[in-house]
Amino acid sequence: MIAEAGHYALVLALALALIQSTVPMIGARLRDPALMNVARSTALAQLLFVGLSFGALIALNVMSDFSVANVYENSHSMKPLIYKITGVWGNHEGSMLLWVSILALFGGLVAVFGNNLPLSLRANALGVQGWISTAFYLFILLTSNPFLRLANPPLEGRDLNPVLQDPGLAVHPPMLYLGYVGFSISFSFAIAALIEGRIDAAWARWVRPWTLMAWMFLTLGIAMGSYWAYYELGWGGWWFWDPVENASLMPWLAGTALLHSAVVMEKRNALKVWTVLLAILTFSLSLLGTFLVRSGVLTSVHAFATDPTRGVFILLILCVFIGGSLSLYAWRASSLKQGGLFAPISREGALVLNNLLLTTACATVFIGTLYPLGLEVLTGERISVGAPFFNLTFAPLFVPLLLALPFGPLLAWKRGDIAGAAQRLYAAGIVALVSIAVLWAWVRGGSAFAPLAIGLALFVIVGALTDIAERSMLFRMPLSISLRRARGLPRASWGTMFAHVGVGVALIGIVCETTWNTELISTLKPGDVAKVAGYELKLDDISQRQGPNFGEMLAHFTVSEGGKVIGTMTPSKRSFTTRAMSTTEAALMSRGVSQLYISLGDTAASGAIAVRIYHKPMVLLIWFGPLLMAFGGLLSLSDRRLRVGAPKPAKASRSLQPAE
Amino acid sequence: MWGKSLRALGALLYFAFAVMQPAFAVQPDEVMKDPAKETRARELSRELRCMVCQNQSIDDSEAPLARDLRLLVRERIAAGDSNRQVIDFLVARYGEYVLLKPRFEGQTLLLWLLTPLALGGGAFGLWWQYRRRSRLAENGRDERGALTPEEEARLQKLLASQASETME
Repeated sequence: MIAEAGHYALVLALALALIQSTVPMIGARLRDPALMNVARSTALAQLLFVGLSFGALIALNVMSDFSVANVYENSHSMKPLIYKITGVWGNHEGSMLLWVSILALFGGLVAVFGNNLPLSLRANALGVQGWISTAFYLFILLTSNPFLRLANPPLEGRDLNPVLQDPGLAVHPPMLYLGYVGFSISFSFAIAALIEGRIDAAWARWVRPWTLMAWMFLTLGIAMGSYWAYYELGWGGWWFWDPVENASLMPWLAGTALLHSAVVMEKRNALKVWTVLLAILTFSLSLLGTFLVRSGVLTSVHAFATDPTRGVFILLILCVFIGGSLSLYAWRASSLKQGGLFAPISREGALVLNNLLLTTACATVFIGTLYPLGLEVLTGERISVGAPFFNLTFAPLFVPLLLALPFGPLLAWKRGDIAGAAQRLYAAGIVALVSIAVLWAWVRGGSAFAPLAIGLALFVIVGALTDIAERSMLFRMPLSISLRRARGLPRASWGTMFAHVGVGVALIGIVCETTWNTELISTLKPGDVAKVAGYELKLDDISQRQGPNFGEMLAHFTVSEGGKVIGTMTPSKRSFTTRAMSTTEAALMSRGVSQLYISLGDTAASGAIAVRIYHKPMVLLIWFGPLLMAFGGLLSLSDRRLRVGAPKPAKASRSLQPAE
Repeated sequence: MWGKSLRALGALLYFAFAVMQPAFAVQPDEVMKDPAKETRARELSRELRCMVCQNQSIDDSEAPLARDLRLLVRERIAAGDSNRQVIDFLVARYGEYVLLKPRFEGQTLLLWLLTPLALGGGAFGLWWQYRRRSRLAENGRDERGALTPEEEARLQKLLASQASETME
């Protein structure tokens, strides 16, 4: 009964989406407010029905109703409750249902919070949302129905893939989808603007918070996924240039570019045509990511689905939406009026450079991910594109980007003074040069890469702080006045600072981890001691334990430093009987922002166990960086200007600019 | 003096110092006697794909095939092969698929050239656009400022009527 109700709710949502995708747009054409307002109610009703459908699937999983094929294939009655819930989106059908639920959620949010939008813009944007939802409801109902019943219900389910039985599953996919799908809003607004043939600074102000929100979630989602891979897969790696990771990195890069170009559009009414194109491209890349992961075209850990009919269906959605939106763009973009002029050396110029480098980086990831697929289809030739390729092509793009980054916020709009900006960055430059020299001396003529990269990261961090210090007149006015000025700065400026500091922090983590990571692979018997990076790890004993749906072997280590015991670590190996699979549960011990990492290998007949011990210096910074970036996004989002959605008086904001 | 100011930079430098030890990703029994050759072997291993794994180099992988390949690389190095010869040997045996960094040749031309082309093309496009627009602005025909013939005619009419008003 619940399954049928969930299925029916989804069909109703499809019907609502069909109404939403036609009636309001006709209304906008006829300038009929009543028809245009249909968008609002259908968006909210759609949210309600998709919510019911999603709730039904959760209920079926929690009740372990194995008469439903999807529950039978991915659940087990002994599975802990949290994994019964998160397992809902740990498979193809459920994750697509999560996808459309989030799409409906964003549609509902626009309906609720879009009161200050022009009626026709809201109607058209929600109409475009309606097209996207229609396509994906059809996809679910025709190829991936999660509510199918089994004729002969089995007594027990086949359990969830053990790798996914982890708290990470509760957070990573929803975050990632909030990011992916969130970009659909900027896409819909861009299409609506093209349909209306009108776009202005106000448009950018409406679109920016949605982009910012999607970008924040995507940032957190990617970081979370990276940390999950780090502790779950047991290799201690955190980024593999796996096509699935690349699929999430591409919209992130394009979305970051979009955030920056939307600033130019909002403040200076320039770069309109480009911003619209970026909004289209960002969501197109999200769709591409969905296609790559969901169609099973790539074989990797994340691809659970390998049914070609699904692949063809998503490919069709992809072609219709990307092809359609780009054609519309080609047709209508020339009708959008160009905005204000600016000199190459200016805030706008810096943001254009940011966009050039980020989109090139995005294109690099794109070609590296899809080239092997394309080549195999066209010539049958198989090649691999892995980390060494991206290190050579992708990484160098970040050098000019990071060098230019601190200059951006210090340049004035329209025509900037680069000498003046450089002068204000003296402190940052000195910190960077001193740290390069000191580090180089310390590694004693070793590779120059690490000192230079860390110097660059410090330049970015101190440079970002310089902007705030300059604007609050730190060291030039009494501290109390500076503090008051700092408090008075727009939250968006603080957001920029935190996000930019986050970039530098993540870079330090990446460089330290890759350069000074220590690894020890060895076989240990109880009583043996391993020495890694100044720590002694003694294997005390090995024990067995029975979990709810798995058996577990634990190794108990005592960790000491300089003869003093500092703690214990218990890595384990779990074997899941239902799927006859095992997972390694690495043990982590944080020392400051560095970590000790132990993962277990096979047990020998003699009772000795293979272990892999790593010391990863500064590794946590890799994920603190994105956290800072997302926090910066949150601060910007809470800025009064975006919250109120009305322009601030120009005078008030000008008084906060540093005196030139 | 030096030591103190260095420590002031914090944990960063501590780790730079404390962790300067050789790392072994491979099994201890695989390591070559000559450290220079071992370094070469590690560098080569990072560029070779473990063909039965998802997306791992033979340096990262625990798969038996990866171990075989690691030993093969070391065998060739011990036999006096140059890096290039080792790579050629492996490609002849396993095909281009074994390389994580494809070679620069006909079929990978676009793969390698897209990044510089995108960057160069983008920069050129921006320069061209800037020049075109600033020239338009110089000629006083900025798209925003330009008047359509009708507007021009209306303006002339307004000016003319104003002129006649002042004359009266």
